[in-house]
Amino acid sequence: MRFEAPETVEAAVSLMAGEPGNAQALAGGTDLLVQLKTGRVSPDLIVDLKRIPSMVAITQEDGGFRLGGAVPAADMLEDDALKAAWPGICEAAHLVGSTQVMGRASLAGNLCTSSPAADTVPAMVAASATARIVGPDGSRDLAVEDVPSGVQKNSLKKGEVVESIYLPPRPARSSDAYLRFIPRTEMDIAVVGCGVSITLDEGGIVTDAKVALGAVAITVQVVEAGAKAIIGSKLEDAALDALAAACSAACKPINDKRGTIEFRTDVAGVLAKRAAKIAYDRAAGVTA
Amino acid sequence: MPLDAQHDNHTREFKVVGTRPVRPDGLDKVTGRARYGADMSLPGMIFGEIVRANHAHAKIVKIDTSAAEALSGVHAVVTRADFPAQSDGMVDILDHCMADGEVLYDGHAVAAVAASSKALARKAAALIKVEYEVLPHVTDVDEAAKPGAPLVKQGIESNIVATHEFGHGDVEKGFTEAEVIVERSYTTEATHQGYIEPHACVATLGGDGVADIWCCTQGHFMVRNTCAAIMGMNASQIRVTASEIGGGFGGKTTVYIEPTALALSKKAGRPVKIVMNREDVFRASGPTASSSIDIKIGAKKDGTLVAGQATLRYQGGAWGGSIVDFGAMAAFACYDMPNVKAVGIDVLANRPKLAAYRAPSAPMAAFAVESAVNEMCDELGMDPLDFRLKNCARAGTKSSYGPTYGEIGLEATLEAAKAHPHWSAPLPEGQGRGIACGFWFNFGGQTSSSLNINEDGTVGLSVGTPDIGGSRAAMCQMAAEALGIPYEKVRAIVADTASLGYNDVTDGSRTTFASGLAVINSANQAVERLCERAAQTWDIPAEAVEWKDGAAHPAGANAGNFEPLSLDELAANSGSTGGPISGHCEINADGAGVSFGTHICDAEVDKETGRTTITRYTVIQDAGKAIHPDYVEGQFQGGAVQGIGWALNEEYIYGEDGRLQNAGFLDYRIPVASDLPMIDTQILEIPNPGHPYGVRGVGETPIVPPLAAVAHAITGSCGQRMRAIPMSPPKVLAAIKAAS
Amino acid sequence: MSQLQISTTVNGDPVEFLCEPDESLMDVLRDRLGLTGTKEGCGSGDCGACSVTVDGRLVCSCLVLGAEAQGRQIGTIEGMAKGEKLHVLQQKFLEHAALQCGICTPGILVAAEALLKENPDPTETEVRYWLAGNLCRCTGYDKIIRAVMDAATEMRGA
Repeated sequence: MRFEAPETVEAAVSLMAGEPGNAQALAGGTDLLVQLKTGRVSPDLIVDLKRIPSMVAITQEDGGFRLGGAVPAADMLEDDALKAAWPGICEAAHLVGSTQVMGRASLAGNLCTSSPAADTVPAMVAASATARIVGPDGSRDLAVEDVPSGVQKNSLKKGEVVESIYLPPRPARSSDAYLRFIPRTEMDIAVVGCGVSITLDEGGIVTDAKVALGAVAITVQVVEAGAKAIIGSKLEDAALDALAAACSAACKPINDKRGTIEFRTDVAGVLAKRAAKIAYDRAAGVTA
Repeated sequence: MPLDAQHDNHTREFKVVGTRPVRPDGLDKVTGRARYGADMSLPGMIFGEIVRANHAHAKIVKIDTSAAEALSGVHAVVTRADFPAQSDGMVDILDHCMADGEVLYDGHAVAAVAASSKALARKAAALIKVEYEVLPHVTDVDEAAKPGAPLVKQGIESNIVATHEFGHGDVEKGFTEAEVIVERSYTTEATHQGYIEPHACVATLGGDGVADIWCCTQGHFMVRNTCAAIMGMNASQIRVTASEIGGGFGGKTTVYIEPTALALSKKAGRPVKIVMNREDVFRASGPTASSSIDIKIGAKKDGTLVAGQATLRYQGGAWGGSIVDFGAMAAFACYDMPNVKAVGIDVLANRPKLAAYRAPSAPMAAFAVESAVNEMCDELGMDPLDFRLKNCARAGTKSSYGPTYGEIGLEATLEAAKAHPHWSAPLPEGQGRGIACGFWFNFGGQTSSSLNINEDGTVGLSVGTPDIGGSRAAMCQMAAEALGIPYEKVRAIVADTASLGYNDVTDGSRTTFASGLAVINSANQAVERLCERAAQTWDIPAEAVEWKDGAAHPAGANAGNFEPLSLDELAANSGSTGGPISGHCEINADGAGVSFGTHICDAEVDKETGRTTITRYTVIQDAGKAIHPDYVEGQFQGGAVQGIGWALNEEYIYGEDGRLQNAGFLDYRIPVASDLPMIDTQILEIPNPGHPYGVRGVGETPIVPPLAAVAHAITGSCGQRMRAIPMSPPKVLAAIKAAS
Repeated sequence: MSQLQISTTVNGDPVEFLCEPDESLMDVLRDRLGLTGTKEGCGSGDCGACSVTVDGRLVCSCLVLGAEAQGRQIGTIEGMAKGEKLHVLQQKFLEHAALQCGICTPGILVAAEALLKENPDPTETEVRYWLAGNLCRCTGYDKIIRAVMDAATEMRGA
């Protein structure tokens, strides 16, 4: 087993691509270290991405935000402009584990780990975020929802790493929210997660929306029917009920130690309504 | 437990007892210097790793250790064949530590290896190949108790291994007299003590047959005696030193790894360190029983309880000993009832062997009985506090488990609850308020301590009960009180097994009571010696000397006119007046004094998700006498929060395959700081006549009421009666939906 | 597996050590540097007993590789007191009896110190959420929260 901490993306890609055995990129390491300890992975090479300046930087680009692949959640929560533009993304990042875990864990890591219950993924999907993937064949941008391909499986090819996550520019009167259900107040894996992004017109009518659910299927679910149910509304009860019904209908969950099919299906609708209301109020400038 | 009035401790005025000094081990613990189980290293030490089965029930066909033994850096491999054949009662404990041909639970140890590094030991463990023949298993208590259930192990005919019955009167007759009867069934899932420090030890067993063990335990004398029996050694050959202990709550009252470390060390000729990982702690160390309980209670319309009956089925793993008897004894202990019967049924299941957990077996029984009582109050339209005040056990009540109570504090806690601002506070919209009582027996037990007066007037105190939560401070306070000297002059240590007589484990809320009693007796003996030295100095009879305020005084004018001799002076002169001055005490302490508490809980259920938030919580309990009130409050708060965790989210979840699904703090959900409000406490002091300062154990009782108190508050908030613990969100939401 | 030679700073002291590529910082601190004040409760980032700071950022040392410490500033419980003078938090934990068994105490102190550096005047709720990753099974957290709040008050006044 080798450990490398390259200082450029090119060097990282070259190391990852050149390793004939199993190579693991190390961003926050909050999943990788656990897997190493339990023996679930035994890589031949670990490539630490945190010495690469672009990987640990938050930059504003073309009206949006580019978050380096190894930016810890804690850094995001210290960026006031990011928090103002994408409160839902930031609250999802804030829910990734404890304060200690937030000191390490990154959006890109959360995405690549591809847990069905990842907190930041529904929020990123609702935000129409893209992942910039670099590899031996150059770089490509991919919609966030196309990165996870199954339970702990992603669509990255040999030698590829996520260099950054891009959050697009926000139209006026836009905001987002993320809520998850857990049994405790902290430290649990989401039983259901829901990200909602909303844009309003001047009259407070929803003109655009995106709704994404986590932990209710193998991969994140984009609920187009849910978005349609609230577009054109001011989130009146009927629209919210239709949103909830659409979200519940979109669930393909399992029974496991964290929740039942019935529970997840119900709560997905409940969270969608609540998240939509929060996003709406934020977009309308009622709350931060 | 009869209470004989030995001590008039109602009027005593204390100087040190009842104050809140900084604990003697405090500095070490806030600076990281304190050494816990895993913090010890020895020269030449190697590392042990245990191989565990992933089957709930299987026959071990073959264990191939050859590849592990061939690995460079591996010093020893052991299986059950490396332990002496067992002939006594320790066989169950050894069986749990190392399987004897048959795996009885997921996580059961089948082999162990010791190597020169942790990484090598893990690698070697993975090279040990075990061939199994998988057998049918059962993990659920009700399933296991059914006729025709898979048998938990070979060679038994039923999974039901014992039945215990307690009570008095005639319950059948009692129920015919009842005007209202409540009959309900309840279940609770198994929980784990959840101490943050995994089990750890370093063991050395040389070719001379002499062994040393360093380990985190609630009872190092227990470790010594158990290991000696298992390894076929004499107790004198094994010296056990108790490290600082990172929580136990009953879970460190047995051995899991020490015999294996000894066997590895014997073979390797090196000190061997074993530290369990968290997953193994959950899989293979002592959880509680899971339970299924039927309750029937009958009352007159005026609220007089006339009969109570409980049938309690507990599974405590594959070896029996679910201590369901404690549950049956404790079930109705809070009530004065003419007709009462409790039957405890001990059921085997393919799970790890239960270990004690804070008031072992009582929380489940109390959940069932207190919940039924709260339902009875609703049926009668009676206030649950008034109902309890009408029916509570008092001095002179014949308890449900036999003895007649002496001075007890249950009624006082109920009166205090009624007067408490929490009880009368307006309940915010959407919230519910619950109430429940709890009981624990408290223990005394075998105890030794030794107290040495140093020449500079300070005191060295040796106790043999590991300090699990600040007991050294209380020991110093009691010694200082008895000697009449400042707290700061006494330093207490937990002595190793070679330095002190036998001590039972720190459990059953016995330490402040029993070890405290031994310390006071030791101090009193030292006082006698000090008085003798003064008498000798003054050339008067020893009976003419009395001890007060830390000095020897002539007892009255007839004794002579001498200036008092302080402890400092007597200590300084001890070399020339007869040598060192000390006191010691060896007792089997009796008169522990039962303990009662009443809890008030406010909770709010999110009716759309079933999630419960505890919004306010108050613990009221009789402490007898609070030696160090901070740590008494700490016991109340910690116990209550463990109970809240049990009530809401903690549970062992087994899959269809009999494997534990949630062996980690991620999915075994103990309460985190943000889950809780402040936990208010009120200490009542109804002195225990069995202790010179009036102490009652306080640690166990606080975990008993919360399950029912939380359930009652949930009912108040969402209207649903939850009769299955934990009351996790999916269950509560399902109940709400079923009702609507 | 060949070992890596790492140069780092621990509690202000220059430190060099060898470690395996997959060895955690927690294991390095405990087993190679003798800094056993950092505790292992779970090894998976769920209990916080191994909390340390890396370049001032609060982390679980079980979720950091030792190799990542190269050139970083590591802070552990052993560096909290200055000589014989305890940190205010340490003093308040003693005064409030905010520990029973004490195994979680080093991690909670390190975490609380990081909180008060970032937020000198936290609300009770903020303290509770910041410390949600530090499990304590003994105290029910009540006295811990009181001690942190009291320390914050004293530090603001100082």
